[in-house]
Amino acid sequence: MGVSIEVQNLNAWYGSNHTLQDINLNIPANHVTALIGPSGCGKSTFVRCINRMHETNPIARVTGTVRIGGLDIYADARPVEIRRRVGMVFQRPNPFPTMSIYDNVAAGLKLNGYSNRKRLDEIVERSLKNSALWDEVKDDLKKKSGASLSGGQQQRLCIARALAVDPEVLLMDEPASALDPVSTAKIEDLIFQLKSQYTIVIVTHNMQQAARVAEKTGFFLNGRMVEFDSTHKIFTNPSDKRTEDYITGRFG
Amino acid sequence: MVTDHAVTALAVLATILVILPLAFIFGYLLIKGASSLNLNFFIKVPVPEGELGGGMANAIAGSGVLLGIASLIGVPLGIGSGIFLAEFGRGTRLANAVRFTADVLNGVPSIVMGVTAYALIVFPRVRFLPFLGHFSALAGGVALGIMMIPTVCRSTEEMLLMVPHSIREAALGLGVPNWRSTLSITVKTASPGIITGCMLAFARVAGETAPLLFTALGNEFWSTSVNDPIAALPLQIFNYSISPYEDQHRMAWGGALVLIVLIVLAVSLVRFVTSRGVLKGNS
Repeated sequence: MGVSIEVQNLNAWYGSNHTLQDINLNIPANHVTALIGPSGCGKSTFVRCINRMHETNPIARVTGTVRIGGLDIYADARPVEIRRRVGMVFQRPNPFPTMSIYDNVAAGLKLNGYSNRKRLDEIVERSLKNSALWDEVKDDLKKKSGASLSGGQQQRLCIARALAVDPEVLLMDEPASALDPVSTAKIEDLIFQLKSQYTIVIVTHNMQQAARVAEKTGFFLNGRMVEFDSTHKIFTNPSDKRTEDYITGRFG
Repeated sequence: MVTDHAVTALAVLATILVILPLAFIFGYLLIKGASSLNLNFFIKVPVPEGELGGGMANAIAGSGVLLGIASLIGVPLGIGSGIFLAEFGRGTRLANAVRFTADVLNGVPSIVMGVTAYALIVFPRVRFLPFLGHFSALAGGVALGIMMIPTVCRSTEEMLLMVPHSIREAALGLGVPNWRSTLSITVKTASPGIITGCMLAFARVAGETAPLLFTALGNEFWSTSVNDPIAALPLQIFNYSISPYEDQHRMAWGGALVLIVLIVLAVSLVRFVTSRGVLKGNS
């Protein structure tokens, strides 16, 4: 099941660059939340703070509180535990090139020492079915490399890989921006199906995509969150002038 | 268009210039060496000077022992230090110092490596440490092993740095600890290149003579003991080629041919074994 995410006074830096300033936000459980805004506005940094990936950069720094299902992830948990509870799908599909399709999906479990063959088989099958890839790859699971798939298939493989560790939250950083329209549609269908089981946060440059998949939308600008509301409200009747300018294409 | 053709022509010319000497050396070795190769060459030890017959079985086995010891030292230390440079020590002073040392070590004349191993193993006499204090296969292997380290280390580092950052992020994003991600994902992804680096280092030291002169010393008799002086193909070739006997000259040519062929075989074998697990669709 998905859990809610509460963010309080979140600030983030890259070196001396203050990329996120005083973000306060409640992301509801089992919903799709989209984050939109021009390049460099901090939306990617924001999702990277939710699974503590931001701090893997040596010059990065974070302050503030993030609670995932009540757990204060910066005070009460180790980064590796958080990353198992918060899956991430990146902008470019990044399957492990030396691994088979099967091993790619099982990677998160195997590399954490999980070795029950039968359970792994079940989890791999379930994850690939959940990511709508099972029918396309079920005959080549252990024969083909993850890198041999098409871009769209690779991205669904990466989603399966993230689902296999049974996370509560799924972060997607522009998951369809490197894909063609057909693959994009498949990913969007998938997001729609997955929200019953996971809390999904999706960063996107594509405003139509946000309107299609998300119930809630947040608009980021220059490291601040300008507005957060239901997607319908943001796209039809935004409260802030800057949101309206962005939505209507006056900048960004 | 003209420039295109000119650049292509230059590249082809350069390739030919690189391949020609190699082809000449190999061809000349075949002509000079093949005639002295027979079964005895591979199963007999050398006969006293002036007598005919005998072989280089002890030198072939000796080279195997020496290169085995050298690889046991050079490959793990080289890969380990390469991983440190690329993954854990990136940007630190220690890493810069290690990288600089490796580059300098790469340029140190091989005879100096022999002196180093002499000073470390042949010269000191320590009670209860019977492997010190005399010429031995161990001393020769250490000299060759030290020579392998910088090549393996730097090529490992280069190969690891070529692994895309996105692959590391994917592993970290799954909650895999950093050390595990490094060993199971990054190193594994870079392994074809790392193996190439190891093979380069191996092939380079396989033909070294100078570091063995006062470490392995050479041996006229059959020996595979780590603790005794041992024969080696390059040493034997060197000794025979400066001897006054025509028969020994011919043996030296044969030895050189066998050395090259064995290196090619060893490198191909490693390539074959390590490429068997590669999956379809993975370059």
